[in-house]
Amino acid sequence: MAMSVDKSLKYTENHEWVKVKGEVAYVGISDHAQEELGDIVFVELPELDDEVSKGDEVVNIESVKAAAPVYAPVSGKITEVNDALEDAPETINEAPYDTFIFALELSDTSELDDLMDAAAYEAFLKEEE
Amino acid sequence: MLKRTPLYDVYKQYDGVKLIDFGGWELPVQFETGIIAEHMAVRKNAGLFDVSHMGEIMVEGPRAVEFVDYLVTNDISKMNDGKCLYALMCRPDGGVVDDLMIYRLSAEKILIVANAANVEKDFVWISSANPWMQRESDKPKVSNQSDRYAQIAFQGPKANDYFRELLGQAVDEITFFRFRTDIPVAGKSCIISRTGYTGEDGFEIYCNADDAADIWTFILDKTKERGVLPCGLGARDTLRFEAKLPLYGHELSDTISPLEANLSFFVKFDKHSDFCGKSALLKQKEKGIPRSLRGCEMVDKGVPREGYKVFLGDREIGYVTSGTKSPMLDSFLGLVLIERGIGLEIGDEIEIEIGKKKKRARLAKTPFYKNTGKK
Repeated sequence: MAMSVDKSLKYTENHEWVKVKGEVAYVGISDHAQEELGDIVFVELPELDDEVSKGDEVVNIESVKAAAPVYAPVSGKITEVNDALEDAPETINEAPYDTFIFALELSDTSELDDLMDAAAYEAFLKEEE
Repeated sequence: MLKRTPLYDVYKQYDGVKLIDFGGWELPVQFETGIIAEHMAVRKNAGLFDVSHMGEIMVEGPRAVEFVDYLVTNDISKMNDGKCLYALMCRPDGGVVDDLMIYRLSAEKILIVANAANVEKDFVWISSANPWMQRESDKPKVSNQSDRYAQIAFQGPKANDYFRELLGQAVDEITFFRFRTDIPVAGKSCIISRTGYTGEDGFEIYCNADDAADIWTFILDKTKERGVLPCGLGARDTLRFEAKLPLYGHELSDTISPLEANLSFFVKFDKHSDFCGKSALLKQKEKGIPRSLRGCEMVDKGVPREGYKVFLGDREIGYVTSGTKSPMLDSFLGLVLIERGIGLEIGDEIEIEIGKKKKRARLAKTPFYKNTGKK
């Protein structure tokens, strides 16, 4: 099955996507990641106002099959979490690019340069096949 | 190189099939619709599983019954031809070598069905390493026939209706834990038993490896329009979990006794003959069984996974053997192996360490799910 990659987003090697709005980065997981996980049954969300560093494990996603961590793609303070996922975690399976998990206020915008654009992520996925 | 079952070529063509390495076998963890849909199909309708990775070991000879009766904890001596039994095979110290299905083909021919990951170990144990083989000169013939057999499971409350349509009235006569060898499927001869690993009514079919693709396609082609799904190992695991059917390596192992796993119903201390592990298990029973396999339901949200520690207050009392979100009950459930004799009752609170946090759970009645239909 062909995995979709949203052209407007940035990506990490851990299959998170990042959407930047001003100083705030919204974070979710890619179509490839949700497909690999299978039916998602629980998302353990981070606490608001937590200061996280790039690479920190901030979210735990549980599927029927396995648990998978989501890492902070960039450093910052958590400003928003998607509470709707507490009751409907399967939204991530259904619409991975329309479903953010948390948002953070960037503490170092230069970290965005380390993210992959859609073309680079597509190439990255091909190498993992 | 991963091993593949005779059905690999059939399902690798399916859209959306996901294959994983399961103990050296390349097997589908799920098909296109996913684990939850497959799970619900088996609970409400029917699903088809390739379980050809399971092992088949044949024991033959005039003393076959006596020999197998010595090897396992359940009572083989009372079986008739056409009967199956679930049993544990223990070492002299009471640790479990494997949990097995035993099929009595005749008084001199017993088929032992073993877990895929254990087949080679089991074969060594059964054919030579056990005390009987060391002691007796009159040895039965033991052969590992796993490569010759494929196994397909057809499970669900409607499995019997579909099989009656496809195979005739005779399937109704296969009652729970019995089998027939005279009902062909897709014109191929096979063993059909009323058994399974889902907690649901259904059948398991043993056939020649070469006939597996025809049988699989025959059943699925005639039932898929009515919602029957091919199912993978993911659903097999969540289904067996809800029904508290043990999985070797999780609820049973070299170091977990059948009594600790609360399988004493399958340990017949009063059967006619001695069995391997009997004195060790009796001693454990008399001295006090150290642990108990219980069920729990999460109060706080989180998924209890294998190996997570279980606490009562500050004291660690055991660990999780299996856990998942139950598709049927829509709650987060775990099986826990915890100290016995500390007075914990259904509803009592324990804590499970998930990540860095201790999360609350309550002991729950098992099996979590029990089907109420007729067999």
